[in-house]
Amino acid sequence: MIEFHLDSRSGVSPYQQIVRQVRHALRLGLLREGDQLPTVKEVVERLAINPNTVLKAYKELEHAGLVAPRPGLGTFVTVTLSDGSLAAHRPLRQELLRWLVKARRAGLDDESIEALFQDTFRASLDQDIA
Amino acid sequence: MIRLAWRQFRSEAIIGVAALIVVAVVLAITGPHLMSVYRMAPDQVTSTYHTLQVAVVALLVIVPAIIGIFFGAPLVARELETGTFRLVWTQSVTRLRWLTIKLAVVGFSSALLAGGFSLIAAWWANPINIVNQNRFSSATFGILGIVPFGYALFAVTLGATVGLIFRRTLPAMATTLVGYVATRYAVTYWVRPHFQAPLRMSARLSTASGFSFINTPTGLSMTASPPPIPNAWPLSASIVDKAGHTPTSSYLQHACPALTTGPGAGRVAGGPHTTPVIQGSMQTCIANVSAKFHEVVSYQPANRYWPFQIYETALFVVLALALAGLSMWCVRRRVT
Amino acid sequence: MTAAIETAGLIKRYGRRIALSDCTLSIPAGKVVGLVGPNGAGKTTLLHLAIGLIAPSAGGITVLGRSPAERPDQLGRVGFVAQNTPLYAGMSVVDHLHFGAWINPRWDQTLAEQRIGQLGLNPRQKAGTLSGGQRAQLALTLAIAKRPELLILDEPVASLDPLARREFLQGLMAIVADHGVSVVLSSHLVADLERVCDYLVVLVASRVQVAGEIEELLAIHHRLSGPRRDSFRPPADWEVIEQSDVERQSTLVVRHKGPVLDPAWMVEELNLEELVLSYMGRAVGNGSTSLKLAGVQR
Repeated sequence: MIEFHLDSRSGVSPYQQIVRQVRHALRLGLLREGDQLPTVKEVVERLAINPNTVLKAYKELEHAGLVAPRPGLGTFVTVTLSDGSLAAHRPLRQELLRWLVKARRAGLDDESIEALFQDTFRASLDQDIA
Repeated sequence: MIRLAWRQFRSEAIIGVAALIVVAVVLAITGPHLMSVYRMAPDQVTSTYHTLQVAVVALLVIVPAIIGIFFGAPLVARELETGTFRLVWTQSVTRLRWLTIKLAVVGFSSALLAGGFSLIAAWWANPINIVNQNRFSSATFGILGIVPFGYALFAVTLGATVGLIFRRTLPAMATTLVGYVATRYAVTYWVRPHFQAPLRMSARLSTASGFSFINTPTGLSMTASPPPIPNAWPLSASIVDKAGHTPTSSYLQHACPALTTGPGAGRVAGGPHTTPVIQGSMQTCIANVSAKFHEVVSYQPANRYWPFQIYETALFVVLALALAGLSMWCVRRRVT
Repeated sequence: MTAAIETAGLIKRYGRRIALSDCTLSIPAGKVVGLVGPNGAGKTTLLHLAIGLIAPSAGGITVLGRSPAERPDQLGRVGFVAQNTPLYAGMSVVDHLHFGAWINPRWDQTLAEQRIGQLGLNPRQKAGTLSGGQRAQLALTLAIAKRPELLILDEPVASLDPLARREFLQGLMAIVADHGVSVVLSSHLVADLERVCDYLVVLVASRVQVAGEIEELLAIHHRLSGPRRDSFRPPADWEVIEQSDVERQSTLVVRHKGPVLDPAWMVEELNLEELVLSYMGRAVGNGSTSLKLAGVQR
């Protein structure tokens, strides 16, 4: 079961944050086909947000074909997004952690690490295109 | 709503009943002795438990006032003061129904409580009343019989109405006390004597009445306070001759020289407790005056005691209803 | 669908003081409505008019389609928690539940007890000794257990610490999720309302400044920054809420339905707090009689 969290300062609207968190969870294999999303009541009770926000997020996920409501039972995931690449996740994650440790030892703060990553990532995309 | 009114009234009711029980116990213990004194030596009755007698009278006088102040004044005022009216008036009951039921519950309970005190005291003081035969007098009429019910109902509705208007408990309590005392005084001295036209009787002048001489601008005049009449209510007395004239100043100076001229002149009060010298002069004076004059006493006879109890109770119940009506009108005004 | 609260030219006067002037609103049902404004703006007056505690001086108001006049059935459809959560200090928690049951024909005792249990309140504790957060939760329980269609809450979290505030709003949202009640809650702090409300009414100096669905309001208000041009006149379909000019830059808060195409302006979105502040600033600038800015010409 996924647990949502809200970053009120991120500038991203709450319902979008929920949608994104569900997508991320799907990609990381934390959510699979048949898993149940938390009920609207459970979400609002934890986050103190308007129920309509949650309903809107779930509706959008339903439109995207990712989840479907089952009347009387709840909202359930209908696809599994992560593929075989899940197996590769673990060693990749470990390598990433080691890299992060190195970056911190080199004296980079959080913002610099993110900037470095974004920059390198974009550069690699350009390279791929080129 | 009735259950709610009871629940809110619970602690006051408990205190009231506890007080009643305490008084009942004290009177129950002393009552039989008082009764036996009456049977064996009736003339001792008025002096037996004298302090307790005074205390009982005082208690009965203040019971309706206490009820009005402590049960009536906070009834609405406390809710307005603490803001709980914003809780209770937004539930599913209208203000009118809320007030009506609260008034009814507290009003009738208070009346019963006051009646309880008065009944117990009446049982205990029965020997005293038989001996004194003064139950119709201004001092004792209001503490026995059925009038305490009316007084209590009036005091509670007065307190509630004043509390509703002032919206603060303490000023409401003070005003209720003043209003209650003023009304009781006004009714006792200005209204009760006129429930029915008083009767008149003629009597020979005697030392049983109190006499006094007053220096008025027109000269000397003689006034009398009415003699005691068993179980009746003497109101006033006047001294007149067969034609209805009062004694003239010169007549009095001629008939009672010792009392109207000389060093003792001016206000001289007669009555059973004066000095022997003055008593002697009084008797001579009376003997002289009664040659031409007699006393006319205006009074309410003993058999009007219960009718008067009913009239006065009804009067106070009507006042209570009028106040209740006023408070119901006030509570519906949605101003703040 | 019937509006939750509808007013037309609503005015409330206390003697010579105007508490609410010319208020015309149509608040839809099924929403959580935030009523925002500084202290003394008229929020409590508006809510008291809606619940029927006071009567209008002029104009009309209907709640759930009917006048808020005192009828038991109308009173039963609206749950109310007044400012400072009045409760009977000498009565215990369970006494208050009895109070609710005795005085309300439509009363859900199971719901009330469940909620008290969930909240961890001691049933025998006297209401006078409860903490601020517990009082608010008890008052909310009383309001919701009579199964109303509309909940009106007057500054329910104003005096609560952040944890109690969060718990109260969590409980309130759970109630909305379960029962679908419409909610109107007032506050002078915007941050409380942002997560919880989907409709906003801004009340300043006894007047409604802006009212609408929050999503829509945020979509049609923009902050524009650009080089200062003294000759600039905003187009007719822009409503300038706030403007501030420094030496070389102007910043405007503008209400405009479509996109802003003028390339001279950098367009940014506002968050709810900034939006409310601009409207409050405008109200002050428009010469509200109770506010004077020292040294600033109006």
